[in-house]
Amino acid sequence: MNLNSLTIKQARQGLRAKQFSSLELVETHLTEIEKRNKSLNAFLTVCSNEALAKARKADELIKDGQNFPLLGIPIAAKDIFSTKGLKTTAASKVLEDYIPQYNATVIERLQSAGAIIVGKTNMDAWAHGSSGENSDFGPVKNPWNEQYVPGGSSSGSAVSVTSGMAMAATGTDTGGSIRLPASFTNTVGLKPTYGRVSRYGIIAMASSLDSIGHFTKTVEDSALLLRITAGRDKLDATTPPEIVPNYFNSLSNGVKGLKIGVPKEYVLGLESEISNNFNGSLKILKKLGAEIIEISLPSTEYGIACYYIIQPAEVSSNLARYDGIRYGNDRSFFGDEAKRRIMLGTFTLSVGYYEAYYKKAMKIRTLIVNDFENAFTKVDAIISPVSPTKPWKIGEKVNDPLKMYLSDALTVNANLAGIPGLSVPSGFIQGLPVGVQFLGAKFSEALLFRIGYAFEQETKFYQKAPYEL
Amino acid sequence: MKIDVLHIAKLANLPLRKEEIKKYEEQLSSILEYIEKLKRAKTDDVLETSQVTNLENITKNDATTPSLSQDEALANTKSQRNGLFKVKAIFE
Repeated sequence: MNLNSLTIKQARQGLRAKQFSSLELVETHLTEIEKRNKSLNAFLTVCSNEALAKARKADELIKDGQNFPLLGIPIAAKDIFSTKGLKTTAASKVLEDYIPQYNATVIERLQSAGAIIVGKTNMDAWAHGSSGENSDFGPVKNPWNEQYVPGGSSSGSAVSVTSGMAMAATGTDTGGSIRLPASFTNTVGLKPTYGRVSRYGIIAMASSLDSIGHFTKTVEDSALLLRITAGRDKLDATTPPEIVPNYFNSLSNGVKGLKIGVPKEYVLGLESEISNNFNGSLKILKKLGAEIIEISLPSTEYGIACYYIIQPAEVSSNLARYDGIRYGNDRSFFGDEAKRRIMLGTFTLSVGYYEAYYKKAMKIRTLIVNDFENAFTKVDAIISPVSPTKPWKIGEKVNDPLKMYLSDALTVNANLAGIPGLSVPSGFIQGLPVGVQFLGAKFSEALLFRIGYAFEQETKFYQKAPYEL
Repeated sequence: MKIDVLHIAKLANLPLRKEEIKKYEEQLSSILEYIEKLKRAKTDDVLETSQVTNLENITKNDATTPSLSQDEALANTKSQRNGLFKVKAIFE
């Protein structure tokens, strides 16, 4: 049995049955990091000693019959999650030596559930990007073909899971930064409902859009993690008191009789291979008994333009605090993309332009919210490809920011509306992974897991790894 | 639409190198040109959405709780004196 290829569910069973120890499990993942990180550049910090010490402790607890949901499981955290005493850079030179004095709520909750952090993952600096190339510490490579991007911004997290360096990894999704890299790496990526998971202690990008989620190999593992991270946090006033359901209760109920909408605006202009792959996914869902219905989200075409007003405006305000006085370096250390977004946001919020840009965008945001609300009176959930194209080559879009922004055309609207999205592997195009996303009404994560689980159990793409693990 | 990069950089307190100005001028203008498409959308009677939780007036007790110690708060600064952050003079 190779420990790197296990899902969390399988690993928990193995740990409980004493087939292997947490120490062995953590060691195997650390070995994989050592072997591959030099070329993949997925981790910015690896904490081997701490992880091994915690694994020994976990083994003692397991021996004592303790059974926390993630006890002894090695995970990775995107380097935008504050980790007490462990360097947290947001992949920016501004924070290259910053050591947080407290943990993000999500980190607290995962560690309390027994998870062991093996390291902090590389990303587009400040989560600005769709490819992993905007890191100030070098691009992340896609293990399925190292000449290609793994998607971004949570690039290293996605790569760590697909290549057996961690069993799960945290991510943030402000405009697609979990779903896109999940789809490019054959992993499951969850962007929960806005507010479902606390943002406390996560370096803010665009505060009205930032959604906190994670990567796993399977849908079931994704549900397991959300049970731990979701719920009200008094340190984040945007977390509603909605109860966190037991996502496992309905997981295997199947899709029979469910109405799943295909927005006609989302399937215009897809790359032909993506279109073929998507039609294949629809066939599978029909075969499983779902009813596929064409719907319309008429404001879709304004999504990217609206997003690229609201998001940079919030970015310019959030990044204003980095002055190098209390921590970090001064503002001359910002990379190109951060500077672009700060200036774009500063411009649209400046006197004389606010009404024409920011105010207009907030109104368009209402139209996008209404589109989804109308749609969910007709269908239970929505399906679409995650990306209009397959993964692209490293370097292909770096000199054309607008082209890079348009990679998120099918993901940003969910962030503007605050609804959840689950990206699930849907196969391969020339050896490169692609995915579909399921979108639902606010707090419909249980339904998305149920649909994703049915799709995954039928297709089993998750069993494929980029190389023999 | 042409954007005055130097003015914006000043507002944003961003030091720019001379050779960056033209690059950002071109890139930001092309993004703004794309954004212009929003003008086509009819929004006369539409209300603005600034947040999506519909939560209002979330408050907490006005009570002191343990916080970072002085040493912890200063742990990451490169410039301190007598347990305080040291900054440039604002008034001469």
